[in-house]
Amino acid sequence: MTVAYRPRRDRLWFARTRSYTLFVLRELTSVFVAWAVAFTLMLLAAVLGGTLPQFAALAARPWMIALNVVALAATVFHAVTFLNLAPKATVVRLDGWRVPAWMIQGGNHTAWALVSLLVAYLVLRTP
Amino acid sequence: MRRTPEPYLWLLFSGGGVVAALVLPVLVLLFGVLMPLGVVDWPTAGHLGALVGNVVVRVVLLVVVVLCLFHAAHRIRFTSEELLGIARFDPIIAVLCYGGAIAGGVIAATLMV
Amino acid sequence: MTDTTRELRREAGTRTIRMEIARYRPGRDAEPVFEGYDVPLMADWAVLDGLTYVKDRLDGSLSFRWSCRMGVCGSCGMTVNGEPRLTCGTFLTEYGGGPVRIEPLKGFPIIRDLIVDIEGFLAKLSSVRPWLVREGEELPLGTEYAQTPAQLEAYKQYSECINCLLCYSACPVYVLDPDFLGPAAIALAQRYNLDSRDMGDRFDVLNAEEAVWGCTFVGECTRVCPKHVDPAEAIQRYKVTAAMRSVLPWGRR
Repeated sequence: MTVAYRPRRDRLWFARTRSYTLFVLRELTSVFVAWAVAFTLMLLAAVLGGTLPQFAALAARPWMIALNVVALAATVFHAVTFLNLAPKATVVRLDGWRVPAWMIQGGNHTAWALVSLLVAYLVLRTP
Repeated sequence: MRRTPEPYLWLLFSGGGVVAALVLPVLVLLFGVLMPLGVVDWPTAGHLGALVGNVVVRVVLLVVVVLCLFHAAHRIRFTSEELLGIARFDPIIAVLCYGGAIAGGVIAATLMV
Repeated sequence: MTDTTRELRREAGTRTIRMEIARYRPGRDAEPVFEGYDVPLMADWAVLDGLTYVKDRLDGSLSFRWSCRMGVCGSCGMTVNGEPRLTCGTFLTEYGGGPVRIEPLKGFPIIRDLIVDIEGFLAKLSSVRPWLVREGEELPLGTEYAQTPAQLEAYKQYSECINCLLCYSACPVYVLDPDFLGPAAIALAQRYNLDSRDMGDRFDVLNAEEAVWGCTFVGECTRVCPKHVDPAEAIQRYKVTAAMRSVLPWGRR
């Protein structure tokens, strides 16, 4: 009986192919999702605590803007990938006919646009 | 049969993924980029105060915070294990990640109560 | 030998491609090493033909698995320039001037050269009971179980799997953790779950951390599948099924 060779764990597996790297980047958007929530909580605390000007000053610092630009890119990447992958998990059948993936994706992206518009309207409208 | 919490964690992760996709980009765009850059004016404190004074908005905000944090916790748990090869510490990592999500939810709740 | 073949052979005398083949000879090599071989670059030669040429003409000790040479048996899966491929369906000309690197499938113990140990997979496969489970029937069966086209369509795609293991090799979750049940086994479990004739229940096997919940939806299994089975979709669909059964009280057995 010969001994089989067991390859060692590849520490740089995520750098070996483009698709692995994209996958890891997709998963790492979660760090910025957490940051976006933390940022929103800071905003909420400022609004409720009457310190909105201080929060605005903090948000206007160059490093803070840079961080949020990256966070924006990451959350958009998350949104696109997550909404596009949804049809894999949800097989919708209407009367035996499988709703094609692009229709589910289109519906998801429409919902994204509508929710974004609603939030922007609520925040920006002049009472 | 062995019971596993994974289905419930996955449901929270999935729900959080949808909510994060729908809500977070516009929030970061407005408050994190456009307002600080002066492209859009900051709303008055009174307007934002009235907005978060609404009970429906508060409930929605709490749900958004909790679900998004569970989404992030779930992915950070798996990604850290895959990237660093520390899957054998999964119980500790899981407690840290989901514990962080629960803590964020508690912070949001105490802010708004 | 026909004139055309002779002409090709003559032309091949001038055009060759370098194959860098991973060799692992137990007792001789402590770990796999690459050895280079020049083989004729023929327009109609698959990577497998190049390997056969090496074995027939250059080094008879080279070991690799193959059988049908037409993408059905699933034996000749190897890593070609970093990608898991069926070597019978991958042409040498795809790699132009070469060199082309041939390694065993990633994620499996290597027995010799390009031959990997698939015992672990076979155990996983049988754990999902990949057959029609029926209850209360006496053999021989006297009845037919006709299916409508829609009932066939529900699982047909997953029945195309040829157990070639490219999906396992492409899956970082499996390569990092060999306990993961993996794409093909779960897709085949779904092939029977979605079959109207099946009475089995594979919930206990599939609803586990090392089964569907280990998957982080990289999606590579689907990309490399030579039969377009889409294991990633099979896993995501079962996650929904398992989650619903866990949450809804009437979802339990």
